[in-house]
Amino acid sequence: MPHTLAELIIGHAAGREVQAGDLVVVKVDRAMGVDSLTPSIIDVMQKELGVERVHDTDRVAVFVDHVAPASSVATADNQARIRKFVAEQELCHFFDVGRGVCHQVMVEEGLVKPGQIALGSDSHSNSYGAIGALGTGMGSSDIALAWASGHTWLRVPETIVIEVSGQFQGRASAKDLALAVEKLLGADGAAYRSVEYHGVDSFSLASRQCLACMSTELGAKAGIIPPSGEVAARFPVPGWLRVEPGARYERVERVDLSGLPPKVAMPHEPDNVTDVALLDRTPVDVVFLGTCTNGRVEDIHIAASILGGKKVAAGVRMIVVPASSEVLTDTMKDGSLLALMEAGATVGTPGCGPCIGRHMGVLAAGEVCLSTGNRNFRGRMGSPEAFIYVASPATAAATALTGIITDPNTI
Amino acid sequence: MARVWVFGENVDTDQIVPGRYAPYMTSEAELGKYPFIEHRPEFAKQVKPGDIIVAGKNFGCGSSREYAPKALKVVGVGAIIAPSFARIFFRNALSLGLPLFQADLTSALQDGEIVELRLDDYQIVTPHGAYSLPKPPDFVREIWAEGNLVQYYRRHGRFPGQERA
Ligand code: SF4
Repeated sequence: MPHTLAELIIGHAAGREVQAGDLVVVKVDRAMGVDSLTPSIIDVMQKELGVERVHDTDRVAVFVDHVAPASSVATADNQARIRKFVAEQELCHFFDVGRGVCHQVMVEEGLVKPGQIALGSDSHSNSYGAIGALGTGMGSSDIALAWASGHTWLRVPETIVIEVSGQFQGRASAKDLALAVEKLLGADGAAYRSVEYHGVDSFSLASRQCLACMSTELGAKAGIIPPSGEVAARFPVPGWLRVEPGARYERVERVDLSGLPPKVAMPHEPDNVTDVALLDRTPVDVVFLGTCTNGRVEDIHIAASILGGKKVAAGVRMIVVPASSEVLTDTMKDGSLLALMEAGATVGTPGCGPCIGRHMGVLAAGEVCLSTGNRNFRGRMGSPEAFIYVASPATAAATALTGIITDPNTI
Repeated sequence: MARVWVFGENVDTDQIVPGRYAPYMTSEAELGKYPFIEHRPEFAKQVKPGDIIVAGKNFGCGSSREYAPKALKVVGVGAIIAPSFARIFFRNALSLGLPLFQADLTSALQDGEIVELRLDDYQIVTPHGAYSLPKPPDFVREIWAEGNLVQYYRRHGRFPGQERA
């Protein structure tokens, strides 16, 4: 019987044919921990499980990216503990302050490959679907067990397919597609399921990362894009990893890019989506360009193409946080980051930045932020009384220019 | 006998335990004081071991923080019954051995009523009738039997259903 991509990847790891609904125990190719949860992963592994050392140092990755550099004594103490553990265990994949957001760096460093299974102590680990891997977020117990045993259990998910056709027009991009799908399926529309995006062969790696990342906001276990185009050219794709005609899908939805206008998620749910052009006049205090969703070279280029040679509107703070040190240096060298700085933006240390609401641009009560991140839950970026809108880098740049949430096609 | 606590839809992890009450901000030993501390302050004070949470769809949405289900486990919540759970919450609860059942009982049961949760035949018995809960797979029952997944692994050296290496 033909298989979905999730069935193929999990079946490959399990060493047998599987189908949606099966419970299997599989070998994990990489299990990643980030600064906020790694101390609790260490506790579960060493104290509750009674296992002193990780099973295979090569299959563990550790990041200090969420609150980096540390913002308080408590976070600094936590991070010191992580560094001590990394040294004791002689972990070879450790990325400290400034290297960038885990999900971007995992791909840059080749720590996850097409067809593999990668877990992360972070909900947006779905991002690895961008290169045709099964990435999924888990809690401390599951990651601790994966570190200690090299394995995890998985229920093979049902699959929803998004059939994409047509070409983007104007300044619409992958983020607008992701927001359109958010509206279509809803915030729990793909709960426990895998989402496959078909018909996006022309999409760049960065655009695929944005799409796969946002599948988390659908409640999905994974968001997988068949490797093709730029991904197939850059990564080794196993022969068995391809869309099999006749695979059993729970649901198929179609999206035509040709009529797709720039979209925005309004406070306080990621599926509260409308067209930017339909939004009432909405002034902003902060524009944030960054995150694992949209903090890449491509995104900074788009923003620079709109803001280059111009100025950020008076009274607006524009914060740019490149997703990684590689993105930072690449955009420094090609001048696009300088263009944003000359326009009035300020640049933060590569990492999660203000996305997580614990440092580097926390929002005050009543403030409005347009973010290129992925979720706009109440209180996410600071005060529960703040308002977060989520949109594309082009919409962010157009908004920075005018000070009002603006359709980039009108600039 | 268990008291029923009824909640609405989309109860998120910040309502269950707000981020600033995270164990790394306060202390692990205090976790039992914080479930629903702002959303429903009487909960942590009055909840008794074995009590049942009955909620609407998408319970536990939001972050991957395991201390949210853990706080409910610590105060002894006997089961959470909702038509759907957020994926990571579901998984974390399973790991911790906190029983979850997918069923919609928000209109059948009332907040504050006293019922009996029978985990041997998966029934909720009330004066106005009995309600069946879906029987969990063997995998899940094996975890419950050992308390939680970590204890299971510690005792057996493998996951439920996994061949011994
Ligand atoms: S950038 Fe934001 S969404 Fe991405 S991993 Fe960091 S905190 Fe999470």
